Amino acid sequence: MEYLDFELPIKELEEQLDKCKVLGEESEVDVTDTCKQIEKKLEKTKKDIYRNLTAWQRVQLSRHPSRPYTLDYIKALCGDTFLELHGDRNVKDDKAMIGGLGKIGDQTYMFIGQQKGYNTKTRQYRNFGMANPEGYRKALRLMKMAEKFGIPVVSLIDTPGAYPGIEAEERGQGEAIARNILEMTRLKVPIIVLIIGEGASGGALGIGVGDRVLMLENTWYSVISPESCSSILWRSWEYKEQAAEALKLTAKDMKKLHLVDDIIKEPLGGAHADRVSTFKTVEKEIVKVFDELKKLTPEDLVHKRMEKYAEMGVFKG
Amino acid sequence: MAWFKRKEKGIQTATTEKKDTPKGLWYKSPTGKIVEADELAKNFYVSPEDDYHVRIGSKEYFEILFDDNKFKELDADLEALDPLKFEDTKKYSERLKAAKKKTNLKDAVRTAVGKSKGKDLVIACMDFAFIGGSMGSVVGEKIARAIDYSIKNKIPFMMISKSGGARMMEAALSLMQLAKTSAKLAQLAEAGIPYISLCTDPTTGGTTASYAMLGDINIAEPGALIGFAGPRVVKEATGKDLPKDFQTSEFLLEHGFLDFISHRRNLKDKVNLYLDLIQNQVVRKS
Repeated sequence: MEYLDFELPIKELEEQLDKCKVLGEESEVDVTDTCKQIEKKLEKTKKDIYRNLTAWQRVQLSRHPSRPYTLDYIKALCGDTFLELHGDRNVKDDKAMIGGLGKIGDQTYMFIGQQKGYNTKTRQYRNFGMANPEGYRKALRLMKMAEKFGIPVVSLIDTPGAYPGIEAEERGQGEAIARNILEMTRLKVPIIVLIIGEGASGGALGIGVGDRVLMLENTWYSVISPESCSSILWRSWEYKEQAAEALKLTAKDMKKLHLVDDIIKEPLGGAHADRVSTFKTVEKEIVKVFDELKKLTPEDLVHKRMEKYAEMGVFKG
Repeated sequence: MAWFKRKEKGIQTATTEKKDTPKGLWYKSPTGKIVEADELAKNFYVSPEDDYHVRIGSKEYFEILFDDNKFKELDADLEALDPLKFEDTKKYSERLKAAKKKTNLKDAVRTAVGKSKGKDLVIACMDFAFIGGSMGSVVGEKIARAIDYSIKNKIPFMMISKSGGARMMEAALSLMQLAKTSAKLAQLAEAGIPYISLCTDPTTGGTTASYAMLGDINIAEPGALIGFAGPRVVKEATGKDLPKDFQTSEFLLEHGFLDFISHRRNLKDKVNLYLDLIQNQVVRKS
């Protein structure tokens, strides 16, 4: 178990609790009361910490190395029915962007999403979840396939941004994202978007236009990462905490601004603290939202989606 | 002995009393060529000796593209708010105030309808001078409304991009303008109305990742910087030397993302030639 800096009080108490239990097993001393007291304190500390997280702390949680990634969700939701599909039919298969078909209950869904790695080797293989243009074009190919056969799309977002590489620019990173955004605004099947980790800018929005956009509780979504924002506006990397606050990038803020539709609660301590219950909650949400969206005709669906985005923005006059 | 002798040594005039050459009489291009401002304006704001395309704003583009500089501005009253109460080293509200004072503009885009070679054209033109041509709620809304105007009146739409990308001080609100404007462009396409996207120096970030790359034709001025991630970011992320001409108009044309590059002098003719051809109408004389 890895602990973030603000989780250290929890770490201390958990260690105390372990010691206490060991002591109880190894000696005649009755530790039941002491253990209970520590447990109580631990529970209270957890609540105090996780219920009052700052924006920056949520950013840290969204990047927690033990957090479930896109394929973890898909495998938990679809089991053996998941069939991964590869390639953009043009340049290559982007490992940072995955996609494929799978069942939740009786319903087939087309899943797309950025994929991060869980150790140094796989992180490099997945390019840290930063897709190239071919990743966005693969996602678009799969979405168009879904549209052709009336299959709803589920997009899982977890990216520090689209990859800023030389080849990415040569192959039109901007065009690829722009094309996806435009096509997603008029795709004739339901699109359910979930921010499961990091939602960084155009790299996220490139697979992020949907009828319902849901954010997990400890994720962030904005036009730029707090670090880059700090480096540009404050001309130093030191102001990431302030930048995180200023950007209003948490699920709560995004919901308040009507830029996302809803928040999915996470277990105390974050999605990784209880993966099974996280997967269950996410599955329930997808099914619930699809049940609402499937009642709409394709025309109504697209019309409502476009209307939703037309209303975003604050100005006077 | 010299008939003229300096009585006091050195320069005695205080810096504050120094007489400056009035600003704006001359323009110096990056290669060091000097042009008189009048001559520059007559030459479509292109330096005659080295063809350098000087960065200009909506005022100049409207003058170049609309007949006799006559046009009706749309939604000129829209102004930005500061919904996030954003503050970095300076308050966003103060940045807005300063930008308005400096540029005499209300935000980073102006939209207008007028005749170009005798036929109606709707143009949305960005102003880089206003907070780096950044795209916030006002830019998104004005472009969306200009496209609505195009659809309603069946008039071709032209977008002139000149922007560093999304406006950070409006955070995710500016990000969503990518989706808002793209949705409108989807409606414009559905209506079968031509859309020309002109990329000028610079066109980067969220602007490139939305309307700038979505034209029926994407065109550019020579030598413009066009890209998603800025060259500095790419260099930092990859640690590699960037290819020559990286992210210039010529580079994008070579990689298949532009239909053609047009000298500013030919812009009006070329835009209207495309419109006549694609709509299968008689080609208007140059």
